Amino acid sequence: MAGQAPESSTEYITHHLEHFKVGEGFWTWHIDTMFMSILLGIVSILLFWSASRKATSGVPGKWQAFVEMVVEFVDNQVKEVFHLDRSFLAPLALIIFVWVFLMNAMDLLPLDLPGLIASQFGIHYWRVVPTADANTTFAMSITVLIVVIYFSFKAKGAGGFAHELVTAPFGANPLLWIPNFVLNIVELLSKPVSLAMRLFGNMYAGELVFMLIALLGATWAGFTFSSSLSMAGQVIMGAAWAIFHILIITLQAFIFMVLTIVYSAMATEAH
Amino acid sequence: MEQYIAQIQSFTALGLGLIIGLGAIGACIGIGIMGSKFLEAAARQPELIPTLQGRMFLLVGLIDAAFLIGVALAMFFAFANPLLANFS
Repeated sequence: MAGQAPESSTEYITHHLEHFKVGEGFWTWHIDTMFMSILLGIVSILLFWSASRKATSGVPGKWQAFVEMVVEFVDNQVKEVFHLDRSFLAPLALIIFVWVFLMNAMDLLPLDLPGLIASQFGIHYWRVVPTADANTTFAMSITVLIVVIYFSFKAKGAGGFAHELVTAPFGANPLLWIPNFVLNIVELLSKPVSLAMRLFGNMYAGELVFMLIALLGATWAGFTFSSSLSMAGQVIMGAAWAIFHILIITLQAFIFMVLTIVYSAMATEAH
Repeated sequence: MEQYIAQIQSFTALGLGLIIGLGAIGACIGIGIMGSKFLEAAARQPELIPTLQGRMFLLVGLIDAAFLIGVALAMFFAFANPLLANFS
């Protein structure tokens, strides 16, 4: 429980890895993950909406200039690889980038702060990073898979897509239809799995390292030499990892976005 | 009973070392090769640096990801070993 001394380091970490959940078995709902991700989604939409409401063609404010920079950056990424009409893919890429970035950025909050706030409401478990939950990342990557399949249908039509599925790598000989089809299905399904596992693995490992660093200060037993040493170690290592983590969270949001674009672009290209 | 638990724990510990160590070797070699190629290319054609830098960071993330997935898995086994669940 936040605010109380942990009984052992293993207990501290397993406690922090526990979701606030409702329900049993397949129908377990991770309320913390859903609440945080929906909240951050609304926040990211409101932030950009406020910039677009107040947009002027005159001298832009700081916030408008920043939003324009982000929009232009994402639009350029899409323009480079995706050559069809990008009125659907560019906004999708933008919201993926901003949303994933904000969800990842929850990792930089002090480790026990969300639990402390949640315990004021009588909730004992609260994991604040939605992307450190495989459910979030798989939901996002399966949505990306649906978008990829939609682009395949749109660019090639149902016949063209079916034709590609059975003839793509090896050729149109009827004997090769089944191996072709199996290979294509594996290729299609490996995309969301790798996309989701990459983001989840990065965030989960990052969160765990933060917890391990937090354990250093948990040995605090008054102003003795070893206590002060481990406290200083926690501050220094926590700061170093947090600074490195700023790079990781941005990079992972960027990669999720770029791979969405690349997969969509691959789907629209004819073989 | 206790010796079985100890056996599982020791093998898990060895496995964790292998997961993190081998992953680190692979990721470091990969990033080293890519970084050296990037510096070579940047020295040869400095005007390409902005384009190449974006690609390089993308690839850093991709290479690093497999290693970090391994670390996450190893940490999970270190603190909540599912193989020991049968004993409790």
